[in-house]
Amino acid sequence: MTLTPHAMGTAVPRPEGPEKVRGRAPYAFEHPAAEPLYLFPVQAAIARGRVTAIDTSAADALDGVVLVLTPETAPRLSDAIDPDHGVLQSAQVHQHGQYVAAVVATTSETAREAAELVRVTYAQEPHVAALDEDSPELYGPDTLVTGAPSDDTRGDPDAALAQAAVTVRATYRTSMEHHQPMEPHTTVAVWEGGRLVVHEATQAVSWTRQTLAGAFGLAEDDVDVVAPHVGGGFGSKGGTHPNTVLTALVARAVPGRTVKYALTRQQMFDLVGYRPATIQHVALGADADGRLTAITHDVVEQSSRIQEFVEPTAAFSRGMYEADTRRTSHRVAPLDIGVPTYMRAPGEAPGSFGAECAMDELAVALGVDPIELRVRNEPEVDPEEGLPYSSRNLVACLRRGAELFDWSRRDPTPRSRLVDGWWHGSGVAAATFPVVRFPGSEARVRAARNGVAGNGSGAPRYVVEIAASDIGQGAWAALTAIAADALDVPVERIDLAIGDTAFGSASPAGGSSGTTSWGAAITEAAERFRDKYGDDPDDGDAADATTPDNPWAGEYAMHAYGAHFAEVAVHADTGEIRVPRMLGVFAAGRIVNPLTARSQFLGGMTMGLSAALHEESVLDDRFGHVVNRDLAGYHIATCADVGRMDVEWLDEDDPYVNPMGSKGIGEIGIVGAAAAIANAAHHATGVRVRSLPITLDAFL
Amino acid sequence: MHADLSLTVDGRRHELTVDTRTTVLDALREHLDITSAKKGCDHGQCGACTVLLDGRRTLSCLSLAVAHDGSEVTTADGLGADGELHPLQEAFLAHDAYQCGYCTPGQICSAVGMLEEAAAGHPSVVTPDLSADLTAGVDLDRTEIAERMSGNLCRCGAYAHIVDAVDEVAHREVAR
Ligand code: FES
Ligand code: FES
Repeated sequence: MTLTPHAMGTAVPRPEGPEKVRGRAPYAFEHPAAEPLYLFPVQAAIARGRVTAIDTSAADALDGVVLVLTPETAPRLSDAIDPDHGVLQSAQVHQHGQYVAAVVATTSETAREAAELVRVTYAQEPHVAALDEDSPELYGPDTLVTGAPSDDTRGDPDAALAQAAVTVRATYRTSMEHHQPMEPHTTVAVWEGGRLVVHEATQAVSWTRQTLAGAFGLAEDDVDVVAPHVGGGFGSKGGTHPNTVLTALVARAVPGRTVKYALTRQQMFDLVGYRPATIQHVALGADADGRLTAITHDVVEQSSRIQEFVEPTAAFSRGMYEADTRRTSHRVAPLDIGVPTYMRAPGEAPGSFGAECAMDELAVALGVDPIELRVRNEPEVDPEEGLPYSSRNLVACLRRGAELFDWSRRDPTPRSRLVDGWWHGSGVAAATFPVVRFPGSEARVRAARNGVAGNGSGAPRYVVEIAASDIGQGAWAALTAIAADALDVPVERIDLAIGDTAFGSASPAGGSSGTTSWGAAITEAAERFRDKYGDDPDDGDAADATTPDNPWAGEYAMHAYGAHFAEVAVHADTGEIRVPRMLGVFAAGRIVNPLTARSQFLGGMTMGLSAALHEESVLDDRFGHVVNRDLAGYHIATCADVGRMDVEWLDEDDPYVNPMGSKGIGEIGIVGAAAAIANAAHHATGVRVRSLPITLDAFL
Repeated sequence: MHADLSLTVDGRRHELTVDTRTTVLDALREHLDITSAKKGCDHGQCGACTVLLDGRRTLSCLSLAVAHDGSEVTTADGLGADGELHPLQEAFLAHDAYQCGYCTPGQICSAVGMLEEAAAGHPSVVTPDLSADLTAGVDLDRTEIAERMSGNLCRCGAYAHIVDAVDEVAHREVAR
């Protein structure tokens, strides 16, 4: 079914907004608990080897210490868990910073002091922590983390490259990056009569429940996970990490007591995932008119030895442009470091850097405008799946952006505008992100009339429950709007409840899938409700539904598109690089809530700016740890880094994607943003920077 | 080692006994269950813990509680009069100058302190003419606002909207 929009498309304020600006909306750590205990971990000082002894005597003797857990004393977990989740289950060390012991104390100060008193001795083994393209350990994985094949070849791209009128061959590098949401990963856990109750900083209460139930051999019903408000995630709070298992494990040893553990900012660089570094070999071949005859995108990237995660870096190149021949491939270096995970637009974000910079290089080589080059290679049907598009408005985004950015007046000659000692230039790049729908979200609609029966006794309110998560993207507001339209009532009559496994199972806030997956479930539940009870229900009337399959899946290729424009200034003497202006134009179906959607696009673009100019986790391969492991060393964009930043979206009517006609918008804002900046930097200076972040030394 | 002290938080006086290693931030969050100020880094690097301490914006994670016996602390929850929202809070809502909200109470306290600093003539690194007479206050254009708000990180990337919100209030207050 397709919803008729009333609330959707209008600015719906976040229901939780007033509480958030006061600081009253509770995040995980702030859940009140009587006499909580505080956990502080002891972390491995080696990258690979074995713990041979742990001396806890000094810690045990400290006043206020309740417990020190080690691999010898910790409760056992089920064997059927991810290797990464087996905390304190053996003496093996597989990464620097791994948990090897944990202290629980009555105050946070005591816990930390005691953890420092624990003495650990190790038998060290050789480790590998540097990403090396020539490593004999490189291997070809079966699939990417998305489940798509690692390699895909159509035709003979090498032959096509050899015959192409114009070719570009270049190697692009992106850095290891850490998500660093402002709210640290946090778990507050208590065991009550064999049940486990957890307040968690998570994008996925159901996934967390599933993991914990599995780890402790419990039925899912015996685990509650609660997360009404989450302070950002960007992927790191999607999967469950060792910290969550550790806290629940420690809490099990002190039943009835609440154990709290928020990672320090430094620990956030060790244990909760990251975006792996990539090395991307890209080659483009074109005929003299600029039509692509070949695209190859061959990637080498890092993962962890104990648990594979294959960033889908080259997947971007499978569907973006038409080309006669094509090859994409991934090779993985297994390192003795933490396990990578999804980070905002996994694959698309790093992959678009290589692919969209290469398109710019090709435009320069051909002497064709970079927008025109993209227009000439616009596919009729999706090159990857061979399906028609449900809607694809990349060209319209490029054209509209060109208009807003005065592109027609741009002199394409690099290094031609020096103003007050700064070289200025502008650049463009394209963006895409798929429409993702996860199955299995349960939604429930219930009429609430204060115990009064129906038949005209005042308008009913509707309680809508779903275990969705709001990590800042605006689920509270968007799902309220969707529920209102699905029930055909004003938003004021909706009482939404999310972020709690008490509401059943739901897919995560990830893959830009939330609004699609949860919204489709809510729409279905509302439809069933209205079929059954009409518009004048009795108090307590209820209906539920689970995310339906999309009947159009397999018939159409469904993706959002966008175009980034950036203006860059590079100081002629110091090489300092600034980005005075960015513009993003997006075509992403119906925009459910313009108020919060703008923030999502801006947030993605800002993170793209941050990746372009700042973000780099520096691994010291001698020890296997990130050296710049705090926010003074790992720079993210600050307020002063952001100049003028504009966002626009095109009206797009897509009846195939979901009942709302919406496409996910949480990630597309970052895709291509760094490439637009690098392309603008080339236009400004004539210097082609092929690795991120772009720092001043590149221009000196 | 422990110390007895008093703190007045959002207009209410509290007596407490704390470990001398306890920061103002932990005194608020762990001892008084006042959680408006957030812990982002515990290290003076993010600004999430910003409160007004005796009227000035301060990183409460870098301030030891024992050193502030008798001080007045204002968190974002205590900014508005009579349970109303402060104009900056209204502006943050109107401009959607946040996403997850975790940095937001710190951003807002910081903005309140910053507007007072500018009104009092404190220059910043981007103030064009340091020899000018600033006693009547510094004119806050967007560059000044962004510079002066850069001690408060926002990983959700709400900066453009934060500047919009602060800009609106800065110029409304000047006009008043
Ligand atoms: S928590 Fe105080 S500056 Fe980050
Ligand atoms: S709103 Fe999430 S960190 Fe600023």
